[in-house]
Amino acid sequence: MSEIKINEREIVVPGEIIATGLDYLPAGFVFREGDNLISSRLGLVSINGRFIKVVPLTGDYIPKRGDLIIGKVVDIGINGWRIDMGWSCEANLSLKDATSEFIEKGSDLTKYFDYGDYIMAEIYNVIGSKLIDLTMKGPGLRKLGPGRVIHVNSAKVPRVIGKQGSMISMIKDATGCRISVGQNGTVWISGTEPEKELTAIKAIEKIEAESHIQGLTDRVKEFLEKNK
Amino acid sequence: MAYDKRFDGRKFDELRPIEAKVGVVKNATGSASFRIGKTWAYAAVYGPREMYPKFKQDPEKGILRCNYNMLAFSGSGDRVRPGTSRRSKEISMVTEKALLPVLDLSAFPGAVIDVFIELIQTDSGTRCAGICAAAMALADAGIPMKDIVSSIAVGVIDGKIAVDVNKEEEDYEDGMADIATAMTTRNGKVTLLQIDGFAKKDELKKALEAAHKACEKIKVIQIKALKDKYKVNAK
Amino acid sequence: MTDIIKEHMLSNFEKGVRFDGRKFDEYRKVSVEYGVSAKSAEGSAMVTIGDTVVVAGVKLEVGTPFPDTPDQGALMVNAELLPLSSPKFEAGPPSIYSIELSRVIDRAVRESHYVDFEKLCIKKAEKCWIVMIDIYPLNDAGNLWDAAALAALAALKDVKYPEFDGEKIDYSKKTKTPLPLTHMPISITVMKIGNKIIIDPTTAEEEVIDSRLTVGISEEGEVCSMQKGGNQGLTIEEIDTMVELVIKKAKELRSVFKK
Repeated sequence: MSEIKINEREIVVPGEIIATGLDYLPAGFVFREGDNLISSRLGLVSINGRFIKVVPLTGDYIPKRGDLIIGKVVDIGINGWRIDMGWSCEANLSLKDATSEFIEKGSDLTKYFDYGDYIMAEIYNVIGSKLIDLTMKGPGLRKLGPGRVIHVNSAKVPRVIGKQGSMISMIKDATGCRISVGQNGTVWISGTEPEKELTAIKAIEKIEAESHIQGLTDRVKEFLEKNK
Repeated sequence: MAYDKRFDGRKFDELRPIEAKVGVVKNATGSASFRIGKTWAYAAVYGPREMYPKFKQDPEKGILRCNYNMLAFSGSGDRVRPGTSRRSKEISMVTEKALLPVLDLSAFPGAVIDVFIELIQTDSGTRCAGICAAAMALADAGIPMKDIVSSIAVGVIDGKIAVDVNKEEEDYEDGMADIATAMTTRNGKVTLLQIDGFAKKDELKKALEAAHKACEKIKVIQIKALKDKYKVNAK
Repeated sequence: MTDIIKEHMLSNFEKGVRFDGRKFDEYRKVSVEYGVSAKSAEGSAMVTIGDTVVVAGVKLEVGTPFPDTPDQGALMVNAELLPLSSPKFEAGPPSIYSIELSRVIDRAVRESHYVDFEKLCIKKAEKCWIVMIDIYPLNDAGNLWDAAALAALAALKDVKYPEFDGEKIDYSKKTKTPLPLTHMPISITVMKIGNKIIIDPTTAEEEVIDSRLTVGISEEGEVCSMQKGGNQGLTIEEIDTMVELVIKKAKELRSVFKK
């Protein structure tokens, strides 16, 4: 007789039994121990038909092919640049992937991307969990200009962006700021008015803190109205 | 002279008051504070991050590195000289061993997960408080784990099993056994076991059973602290 | 080397705004809690400035006075930058930053004669009280300079002597006697970024400072200690402006200390 012990959208901690019985199957961050399906992460229960998974509320970013990320140039070698993505190791940007121009080996790479530059890049290859290759060739991929950089938990990025970008567009429109969101949780914001930049940042921090509570979109809308 | 009544009046299976809070160090990936009686431990997790020196990296999985430290003014008598001591190194190691059985570090090859434990005030049960705080901090940091580790010290005093011994009981003039334990309560496995003093075999068994019950109570508090961090009232 | 964040910060400064919306001379929320380690320490305090949290504790010992000050007690200040409090701090022996922090706070406490060293003397040339202050950040979100100094001063204020029978100290018994304290100094650090003078920097602001000046001010409004840091120079006018700002802010911070 299968039984759900912790419901959809409720918070679960590692080691807690979410369901018992063989009718349910373990998916992301859920494992089976005998009769029990148990969470291995602190997060929200998500039940999809027979599959039970946990959507983490915390924890580091796991890089995936196709993700757009924001990182900082921390090293320059002969073959390209090393980019810090705020994860446990650095990513590579090779000469051939940097621009549509042909870059000759031995040329001054700081002309393209210098130490300290922030870039929006795409992950095109992940080998194991350590080797990450980035490309700057693609729409929207570019070096970022002066602005503010904040870090949100990567698990919250989907809520910050919203369905088809609806949430982030709402913030951009209300504050007049340009905002770029990396899947790794790094967010770049640049506006003409410092106060509006701060409003945008506070709105994003609000999403990060309250993402799992119902009615988020309305609350963010209200917040942006109040701080016009 | 038999030990019939505990010095502080607690029941023999009663824990001192516990206060647990998660997310106390904003800079850390995960953090927690665990207070039991007057013993107060802070734990912060940084990582997974690249392990240096590189030759220490494990290409197959992440490495857990625990660092236990007492603040200079946290001792019960003289000032504690800053820096590592043999005692703090040993406690760091047994803390690692107490936490490793539940952790799945295969997703972080070459990385290190640093756990820093600081004792702000001590009144016995320090390594246990450190482990309780560290377990919550690791869950807060999003490290996948099979269960949350709970830890408590149990005493055998004149044949009586006393859960969560305090300093007075540790110093009991006729001698006692101080048994430090850590457990994963769902499967009842012991991940830390250290004994100072004499205990008979059946006393030891009773002490471990008492520790299991006490750890179950502690786990309820640890779980609540983790969930409370996210029970933010929508502003 | 580019620094898009510093560039943007400076352009925001030109518009009179800091990243978190504060004015240049505005502190984040400051709070003090006394006796946080009351069972173990003779005196202790926890200070928070915004998200920065620092804890300090005082332990007393009885020892022999220094030969050149036979009728005075002794004071020692030790600040340790715990790796727990920031990803920037490493485990291991004290770095130059923690040593500088310790010495700057030591200077403020010692030179202001806040603790009456003569009253710490028990028997001339033979016995005296030794006051040891240990300071630890628990979260570094910028401005450890001020948070650590405030924590040390608050911990000193919180001290009660342990029982001493002339030979041995009984740490488990506290008397009601506080330390012999005189007028409390306040230590405030002022930063220069670009051409702006700001106080209470956040971590992002600390990363781009050009100069730093830590000033200790006595209760009478006199400068009792000073330390300059940072890689750029300061003009005499700038120093004058900074000291005036510190004197003004010191009055505000004093009100936080009314126990």
